[in-house]
Amino acid sequence: MSDTPSSLRPRFRATTEEPPLVRWFLTGIAVAGLGLLVIAPLVAVFAQALADGASAAAASLGNADARSAIWLTILVAGIAMPLNAAFGIAAAWAITKFDFRGKAFLITLIDLPFSVSPVVAGLCLVLLFGANSLIGGWLVAQGYPIIFALPGIVLATMFVTFPFVARELIPVMIEQGRAGEEAALTLGAGGWRVFFTVTLPNIRWALLYGVLLCNARAMGEFGAVAVVSGKIRGQTATMPITIEMLYNEYLSVAAFSMAAVLALLALVTLLLKTVLEWRYADQRAANHRP
Amino acid sequence: MTMLSLVVILPIAALLLKGAAFGPGEVWRVVNTERTWAALSLSFRLSLLAALFNLVFGVLLAWVLVRYRFPGRSLLNAAVDLPFALPTAVAGIALTALYAPNGVFGSFAREFGVQIAYTQLGILIALIFVGLPFVTRTVQPVIEEIEREAEEASATLGADRLYTLRRVILPMLMPAALTGFALALARSVGEYGSVIFIAGNIPLLTEIAPLLIVIRLEEFDYDGAAAIGIAMLVISFAMLLAINLVQIWSRRRIGFV
Repeated sequence: MSDTPSSLRPRFRATTEEPPLVRWFLTGIAVAGLGLLVIAPLVAVFAQALADGASAAAASLGNADARSAIWLTILVAGIAMPLNAAFGIAAAWAITKFDFRGKAFLITLIDLPFSVSPVVAGLCLVLLFGANSLIGGWLVAQGYPIIFALPGIVLATMFVTFPFVARELIPVMIEQGRAGEEAALTLGAGGWRVFFTVTLPNIRWALLYGVLLCNARAMGEFGAVAVVSGKIRGQTATMPITIEMLYNEYLSVAAFSMAAVLALLALVTLLLKTVLEWRYADQRAANHRP
Repeated sequence: MTMLSLVVILPIAALLLKGAAFGPGEVWRVVNTERTWAALSLSFRLSLLAALFNLVFGVLLAWVLVRYRFPGRSLLNAAVDLPFALPTAVAGIALTALYAPNGVFGSFAREFGVQIAYTQLGILIALIFVGLPFVTRTVQPVIEEIEREAEEASATLGADRLYTLRRVILPMLMPAALTGFALALARSVGEYGSVIFIAGNIPLLTEIAPLLIVIRLEEFDYDGAAAIGIAMLVISFAMLLAINLVQIWSRRRIGFV
């Protein structure tokens, strides 16, 4: 028996591995599932946009309504993002550097927009600021409508993107503790100086990461904005809203061209995210070194 | 803090106040109509199915991504986040284009007499899409942390691989997987953008609850919309509570984490 050819001898594998056949099978399922559900739709967006050639796609993005939608989306994200970033920093700062009652409750509240449907979020805003509510009626009478106008879209966007920055910052700031800030304070630095020279450099990657995710969601938000925007072409139609309108009018190339712009934005976001994760991992590792 | 209350708390308070104003009886009267009831039950039923699918597929995906090495692995890893990054309206029209009867996958399914888009199956696919990353992303770090010693110990004690996976690995993954499941569920229930294009939106059949809210708002029936909104909040809350309880129970049973 000792002279069996080597090919017939059982090959040993580590006890912590599955048999190769199982491995291939599982990998196959994973690849096929992601391919069918995630990668195929992405490819479809670009394929449909370019169905009539690149010039048709470009032309559909050049008209006045499309341009105004793109401009509005950038404007809304441009307002909502800095506000949410500022809030995220303030909230993370308060939660991690101070002790107070109701901290856990506050963290839950920050996460609340994640568990509320965007449509319900929009509904809440309509009930609060709509023309026949108390506040909304008064504001409309003063000439500042919120719903079916820019402020409503900004508020809806802020609601759904509210948690992103704070959620990224809180774990990082907990990990870093307060020692740095306390040292700076004992050395005579003022509050703002501590923030800009100690806190901000420490959290910059996490902050950038949060802002990136916040921006991607802000530009792509559909449900909440659809409820409050009123969908006035050229005025309150953001890019996702315009996609819906074009699609419902069977203007497939135009709808998918605009979708392709947003899909490109998503791809850039993912790329930056991967790069950040990589940089961030370096920094995290550096911090952990004794 | 002021901003939190202005942007998040105040609007939700407005909805709850509205609910308090017309009382549980009135909410029930609206919810108890055939169309609303159908929409709510459809939303929650399909979301549960989608989240269950994602629970199984998500754990599998996380395992493959962490433990196996194959070409294109990092690309696949990046693709997991795509449903987070891709705007829902974009995902919605893309999925419809693929799964509609004249689309690439839709025409294939039609050969077998199955229609995907504009049926409940289509809604399910859209909901699976939006919930896909949650379980994978919560389970992945846990698998990375697992020490091989535990598996080796199990193997030296005579357990075969399947037994080790079932009795050693799976219990460690459970809490994280359940968290991902809850997140995916919450997301699917409220999902609007990626569903409405593929759903067909036929009342009683393929009309989801968030869509019904939008329809009521477009009819300026704010009370009706608010009642459905409150019902959704209450049911979601109850489900998340139930999942939390299951999680506490599973942690206690395992005795660590």
